[in-house]
Amino acid sequence: MTGASPAPDAAGLGRARAAGFLVPSMVLILLFLVVPAAWTIYLGVTNYRLTGLAAANPEIVGLDNYTRALTDERFRTSLLLTLQFVLGSAVIGQAGLGFAIAFALRDRRGPLRRVVEAFILLSWILPSSVVAFLWIALLDRDAGTLNGLLGTPGMAWLLDHPMLSIIIFNTWRGTAFSMMLYAAALENVPRSHLETARLAGASTWQQLRDVVFPRIRGHVLTNLLLISLWTFNDFTPFLITAGGPEQRSEVLAVYVYKVALSGGELGFGAAISFIMLLINLVIALIYLRMLGRRKERA
Amino acid sequence: MSTVTTTADGTGTADRSRAAVRHLLARVGRYVFLCLVLAFFALPLLWLATAPFDDTPTIGTSLPDFTLDNFRTLLDNPYAMTSLVNSVWLAGGTAVLVVTFAALAAYALSRVRVPGRDALLYGLLLLSSIVTGTATMVPLFELAFRLHLIDSRLGVILILTGGLLPAAIFILKDFMDATPTSYEESARVFGASPLQIMRHIVVPVVRPGLATVGVWAVANVWGNFLVPFLLLRGPDKAPAAVIMYTLYTEGGQADLRLLSTFSLLYSLPVALMFVFVSSRYGFRFHGGIKR
Repeated sequence: MTGASPAPDAAGLGRARAAGFLVPSMVLILLFLVVPAAWTIYLGVTNYRLTGLAAANPEIVGLDNYTRALTDERFRTSLLLTLQFVLGSAVIGQAGLGFAIAFALRDRRGPLRRVVEAFILLSWILPSSVVAFLWIALLDRDAGTLNGLLGTPGMAWLLDHPMLSIIIFNTWRGTAFSMMLYAAALENVPRSHLETARLAGASTWQQLRDVVFPRIRGHVLTNLLLISLWTFNDFTPFLITAGGPEQRSEVLAVYVYKVALSGGELGFGAAISFIMLLINLVIALIYLRMLGRRKERA
Repeated sequence: MSTVTTTADGTGTADRSRAAVRHLLARVGRYVFLCLVLAFFALPLLWLATAPFDDTPTIGTSLPDFTLDNFRTLLDNPYAMTSLVNSVWLAGGTAVLVVTFAALAAYALSRVRVPGRDALLYGLLLLSSIVTGTATMVPLFELAFRLHLIDSRLGVILILTGGLLPAAIFILKDFMDATPTSYEESARVFGASPLQIMRHIVVPVVRPGLATVGVWAVANVWGNFLVPFLLLRGPDKAPAAVIMYTLYTEGGQADLRLLSTFSLLYSLPVALMFVFVSSRYGFRFHGGIKR
């Protein structure tokens, strides 16, 4: 990925000018990626607030915000809900469904495949505030299409099953990525191997376990780490349930918004932000290490 | 002896017919599965296709009594059309900055041995994947406040550009690495300056890469809700993503005529862009690019 360049300085750029070419990008990256990350650490140890006394003179309160977070029932619940959200919608939902669809479509050509793929991709590319409303309409208690189809009028999905609703929503929203990745991965599985296994009487499950999976293990890991990272940082649940009712679908992304920006507790919110950054860092480091190892082997 | 052969033949036929039945069942199962998948993914989208054209749109999906009158509500609402213009400004501004800055940086990194280049690229990629808008909304808000970028479109553009640049540099460096340097060398022999070479030789050669990054940046900003939601105060500067949200959360009964036509109009550009890209270049897979 960062291999040797094809040739040395062909245009006679020189180091000074090359550095000049880098400046605009580096300034913006420094200002809006590095500084916020560093600042989170500082803000997280203060009692900074959006309004009031602590807004004018924030004080250093050490690790108070962190001990408060770890003992806070609402934070721990939110962490658990986030875990459910990531496991349910990314690992099981998107990866599972994405693989199943890619496998079912692997040797299909023609209109059915194109139509299925088109709808899946459409659900992925439409703006999030539009799809959020489409799902609110679909799940509407009184006149929603889902209740009409199931014959369950008056079923308030978003109030009675808020977590399940956003998990299924996010599965719908993000399966396209996993489907495309697994479709590309399945191209690497020689068709003759599958054919041989099938003629030897292997069931679909056995074919998957013995022939397909060993060849796409790397893709599976890549896929799981990336979609976990994205789902963990997804703010779209806010657009559908806003964390409610009674914080029952308040994943960390929504929690930090409510505490810090609606509630004005910037210091405490920054501490939560820093915990989120650490979780992101762990996932990303595992991912990059894996990429590096695969490159070494290649 | 002959009995044995018959038995063997018999089981063989039974096996084969059992295998045929299993094969048929598998085919039917796969077909049913794909139809269910299609229904699952199409169902929420149907409303977007029917409601805007329905005489009396409801929250449910039904065959419309066809009309185009609903689109007039877009003109009556003071924020609907301006928010789309705002979205164009944000997406266009960010895409221009991302493409320009990333091209300069990627070219420098591709052609000149900057010390620590690989570590730098590696670090940038790591940074951009962990420092997400969600995880850093608190310091971003603070930073924007200190830099007087609250309620400023420029602030939104700069913050979004910062977030997209690392991946853009990465993609473009791959494109630059793949282009031969012989044109640049001969242009240099004829006395062209580095910026001239950049403009007249490098840019035309890597144009597909620039287009990819531009389209990708536009798609990202067009749908982005969080950053403008955090930083822009009034509805006059808000992009379509934010106005869409306020249309269905604020002010009692939502106007479904407005909501449905606005959703459709706001979705159309990304859908068209997607159709254009996939018909022109084929929808090739670039893993890990969409954030």
